[in-house]
Amino acid sequence: MRDRSWLLVAAVVCGSVWASGVFSADSVGNVSPYGLGRPATEKELQQWNIDVAPSGEGLPPGRGTVKQGAQIYARTCAQCHGPSGVEGPSPPLVGGRNTLRTANPVKTIGSYWPYATTLYDYVYRAMPFSAPQSLTPDEVYSVVAWLLHRNGIIDESTVIDAHSLPAVRMPNRDGFTSDPRPDVPIK
Amino acid sequence: MEPTPPVDLPSFKEQGTDQSLNRRAFLLGAAALAGTAAGQAILRSVEAQSADAPADPTRIPGAPPTSYGRRSSFERATRLVGTSSSLTPLQDLHGMLTPAALHFERHHNGVPRIDPGRHRLLVHGLVERSMVFTLDELKRFPAVSRVAFIECSGNSAGEWRRPGGRSAQETHGLLSTSEWTGVPLSTVLREVGLRSDAAWMLAEGSDAAAMTRSIPLAHALDEALLCYAQNGEALRPEQGYPLRLLLPGWEGNTCIKWLRRLKLGRAPFMTREETSHYTDLMPDGTARQFTFVMEAKSLITHPSGGHTIQPGFVEVRGLAWSGRGRITAVDVSMDGGATWLRAALQEPVLPKCATAFRCPWYWGGQDAILQSRCIDETGYLQPTRHDLIAVRGTHSTYHYNAIHSWMVSGDGSVQALHA
Repeated sequence: MRDRSWLLVAAVVCGSVWASGVFSADSVGNVSPYGLGRPATEKELQQWNIDVAPSGEGLPPGRGTVKQGAQIYARTCAQCHGPSGVEGPSPPLVGGRNTLRTANPVKTIGSYWPYATTLYDYVYRAMPFSAPQSLTPDEVYSVVAWLLHRNGIIDESTVIDAHSLPAVRMPNRDGFTSDPRPDVPIK
Repeated sequence: MEPTPPVDLPSFKEQGTDQSLNRRAFLLGAAALAGTAAGQAILRSVEAQSADAPADPTRIPGAPPTSYGRRSSFERATRLVGTSSSLTPLQDLHGMLTPAALHFERHHNGVPRIDPGRHRLLVHGLVERSMVFTLDELKRFPAVSRVAFIECSGNSAGEWRRPGGRSAQETHGLLSTSEWTGVPLSTVLREVGLRSDAAWMLAEGSDAAAMTRSIPLAHALDEALLCYAQNGEALRPEQGYPLRLLLPGWEGNTCIKWLRRLKLGRAPFMTREETSHYTDLMPDGTARQFTFVMEAKSLITHPSGGHTIQPGFVEVRGLAWSGRGRITAVDVSMDGGATWLRAALQEPVLPKCATAFRCPWYWGGQDAILQSRCIDETGYLQPTRHDLIAVRGTHSTYHYNAIHSWMVSGDGSVQALHA
């Protein structure tokens, strides 16, 4: 009996605290409902905010060339991806154009990737495999330039930077559709 | 023996020789092994187990309590380990839950070693307050537990073109089910204050791939949990310790492990893992993108590839699951889909959770082809392999959910086939 009345009191108190707004916060209010966590520092935001969007948002200052990229690729990438990006042992980065609807589709940067900005994001965050996030912005821009050139998407003299990279139109940019499932008719 | 590697999954081989030796292989190899130091160690360990088990355990006091339990030394079920993933031994398990130690793994650059005291979650972007949370703070929020399956979208990828695996583990082992505990994402986002123009959320891990996926915010607010516990204890390192995102019913790679950052934005971020990978190539050369949900699928786990059955009573057992909700029915066929029997479902039948099914069978010793098919609460019926491939071709890699067949031969052996 005593246990039950305690529960009732607790429920009434919780209900009135909620209703009084102590725990409530509207989406533009300054009140944290539970008062947990602390504001992020600028340093923390800079350290972790590494994503690059198709708009180019997130690209750092810096620039890269195809010529510099060839050297960096040979030094840090060729071991896994092959001297010209097709030999492996990792899956090919170059070639495969016009194969996606054939019996042997080859998905590469040139044949499949819809956004050039994804290259910067991924090469910086995850490559080289043995030392991710070790390349400087200039090095990443250069490797990206070399990969785009090898795939016939930019010419050898194009400089890649925060301005030019989002403007690169990838060959398979319009090759993606939204999810239509369920898509298999029941017979 | 080297299993056929599924598509998208590097070569698998069994690890821990003493764990995976079956008795026959042991007997055959014993003479050869005896000459080597490693072989003698194995022989000693196997002999020791039998010697340690008394003929009558009621006459000898047993072992004392232990601080952290282990399974019996006689048990042998193990994950099948590849270079970047490992497969759950579905054919060796019972019921709907997967022991944490046998939950499948898929990593994009290894399992990081993370000190929970130093781990932080950053939430920023289109929020009122960019904030950082410690693990202790996340545990102070109101908690929720939920039993849910996680299935890699590449599960059964080896089956698109030809039978790709010999056992349930090889064909369907990128599926596991656990009870997950954590704080609803919506609770934490309320704490930081969502801006009205936020529509997508980037989730990022603190592994060496800094693995990222973009998630539609509306769905995440309804379903996502920030989990710190699995089956009652802290997450295993390979499951994202100390914090992982859970999106029940959605492809496993969206359940970002070692979660360190959530960024709110207006549009998807188009990361590598949602453009060049985890998109589904169709026969016309276009690819489907943001194919999140894992559609209804079922599998007979007993008897299944590698088992040998005896004539007489055989209970056919398996699992069914749907990323769209509850399983409502499972049918089992012993004649390759010509006739179907309704299986019994084991309670509880939970949404976006594996459901165990069972069906009694009397096996008279003749050839048989065993299949299961499931229906979920949306009315979706698991397709035949023929119907699935007619729509999607054989190059889409992900989301293979066709009816699976096991062939029972007259000698009782069970093998995979595409009926």
